[in-house]
Amino acid sequence: MSLTTAHSVVAPSANSKRIAGTIIVAYALISIVPLLWIFATSFKTPPDSIAYPPKIVFQPSIEGYCNLFTTRTRQAPEYINSLGPATGICDETARERNMVIAGPSNFLPRFVNSLIIAFGSTFCAVFLGTLSAYGFSRFKVPLADDLLFFILSTRFMPPIAVAIPIYLMYRELGLSDTALGMILLYTAVNVSLAVWLLKGFIDEIPREYEEAAMIDGYTRLQAFWRTVLPQATTGIAATAIFCLIFAWNEYAFASLLTSGTAQTAPPFIPTIIGEGGQDWPAVAAGTTIFLVPILVFTILLRKQLLRGITFGAVRK
Amino acid sequence: MAEIRVQHLRKAFGDFVAVQDSNFVVEDGEFFVMLGPSGCGKTTTLRMIAGLELPTGGQILLGGEDVTMLRARERDIAFVFQLFALYPHMNVRKNIGFPLLAQGMPSAEIRTRVEETAKLLRIDHLLNKSVSGLAGGDRQRVALGRAIVRRPKCFLMDEPLGTLDTEFRDLMVHELRELHNRIHATTVYVTHDQMEAMSMADKIAVMNHGVIEQFGTPREIYDRPATMFVADFIGSPPMNFLHFGGGLSKGAKEIVVQGAKVAVPEVREDIAPADMALGIRPEHIRFDDASKLRGAIYGTEYLGTTQIVAVETADGIIKARVPAEIRLNTGDHVGLTLNSARLSLFDKVSGRAVRTAIHDTASERRVQHG
Repeated sequence: MSLTTAHSVVAPSANSKRIAGTIIVAYALISIVPLLWIFATSFKTPPDSIAYPPKIVFQPSIEGYCNLFTTRTRQAPEYINSLGPATGICDETARERNMVIAGPSNFLPRFVNSLIIAFGSTFCAVFLGTLSAYGFSRFKVPLADDLLFFILSTRFMPPIAVAIPIYLMYRELGLSDTALGMILLYTAVNVSLAVWLLKGFIDEIPREYEEAAMIDGYTRLQAFWRTVLPQATTGIAATAIFCLIFAWNEYAFASLLTSGTAQTAPPFIPTIIGEGGQDWPAVAAGTTIFLVPILVFTILLRKQLLRGITFGAVRK
Repeated sequence: MAEIRVQHLRKAFGDFVAVQDSNFVVEDGEFFVMLGPSGCGKTTTLRMIAGLELPTGGQILLGGEDVTMLRARERDIAFVFQLFALYPHMNVRKNIGFPLLAQGMPSAEIRTRVEETAKLLRIDHLLNKSVSGLAGGDRQRVALGRAIVRRPKCFLMDEPLGTLDTEFRDLMVHELRELHNRIHATTVYVTHDQMEAMSMADKIAVMNHGVIEQFGTPREIYDRPATMFVADFIGSPPMNFLHFGGGLSKGAKEIVVQGAKVAVPEVREDIAPADMALGIRPEHIRFDDASKLRGAIYGTEYLGTTQIVAVETADGIIKARVPAEIRLNTGDHVGLTLNSARLSLFDKVSGRAVRTAIHDTASERRVQHG
């Protein structure tokens, strides 16, 4: 009897399990439905995308993706008929709408910019963060607590609060609209997060590992490389994901500081709307493609990400 | 292998002095144990010998060479940590071979050396296993393997058996001593466990509050403690102290303690009146109804071959170790006789043994002290 009582205290009852399950499913639906809607819209034709009532079942089309990657010009039907046979499926779709493909759009270079800037700044932030975190964790740094507080304090205000000074500074320094400028900026924002997260992880690695290596004939740097880094991979991966997500999604600075050659995908995607009517399928296609790298990266490192999120909650 | 010579070694962390003016010599091939309660400075001393901490003052000579300010990797020593510090991302073979890799040894030679070492420690069947799955004793052996594979000048061990359970610990104590007998490596071993120290050491230094209280063989430390701290720290139960005032005069053959006369070896010098204590180990006390030194039995601990009897006297509890066969009841009044050859005499104020008064000086080692 007492056994069953004890059991009911420890294990959740069937009822509470059902309630918890319902909440989780509801939350998952709320989060996933918009994504599914975007994904579905990217395969609709422009008329289907603005149909009312909204179409759940529709004839899939890749017109959105064609429009995303190309620019088109409107031509008279006689001119279109005078052209030879269509060169591809996108060409064919365009002609049906009395248009011809004029050339590639800016989406691909903007997407590549995003990749370069996000991964570049993540690498820099994690690299600098690991070294500083190691220093703070292992050495007696003068005023270490104040320095750590200062590093953290750079995150106290919303980044956009410093937008104008940074805009002016970047213009003077010639960093406006350059990939280097954006990498520096995102590194500066992310490095505080990286230092704090990684310091926690490195503090957990007993210093005996490096001491053993240094006694065994290695320099401090070699000892760090061979004993600390391999054990900090979990923390480094978790930190990298957080930094990447920030740099990848960042919109405010990107729209302010980049307009041309160094523009990233987030400020570019909304501009598609303006080109030739409200082309929702093209916007949805851009968003879908934009989600892929972060999704892949997160799935690859999901174990480390979970550990990073629950970091500090459970002691080993 | 080499001799370790520590001279006037001192370490301060801000205002806190962890090690004060330590002096000792570990001879080539000796198994030396630093023993003391936690926080006494034994680990700090070891870490200074290793080069993991730099001393505030003094010198460390390794095989005649001054290494005081050298980096750890330039000293050619091996260190076994309490938590073993085995690298979880490497298997047993890589862990043992790790120090050799630092020397740039060709991999074929590393392989042979690692296998030789593993055979010596009887862990050759574990070489390709991951270290995280190993039992405590095997982890210990891998840590030892990583230390001996390089054939360094000396081994430093920081409570390497501290995390093992009692059963394993006894086994490893024998294994460690046996290993030492085979390879004769100069070893400095830090522990707070007197049984480990007594059963393994050639020489022991007992430390307290950063000071080496006594340096000597286990027998010297046990039989002739240099200070009341050592007498109290070593032995289980520790040495009993019988307090008395007044001085001693040359030629006296007894001391009056609690109104009872206690026979002592002939006193060889006059000692001015002061607070003194007679020290006697529990096993050197016998029950004797004729004795004037009396007390009531307070409790007994039965240990099989012997029993520890706590007797409440006018001067507090005295513990005696007597044969298990004697039947005793709590509350019984008994007389105590002390074996006069085994007495120690202490100055209570300084805590130091007054050895010249009743002991033969010739057999004694000089106490190294600050």
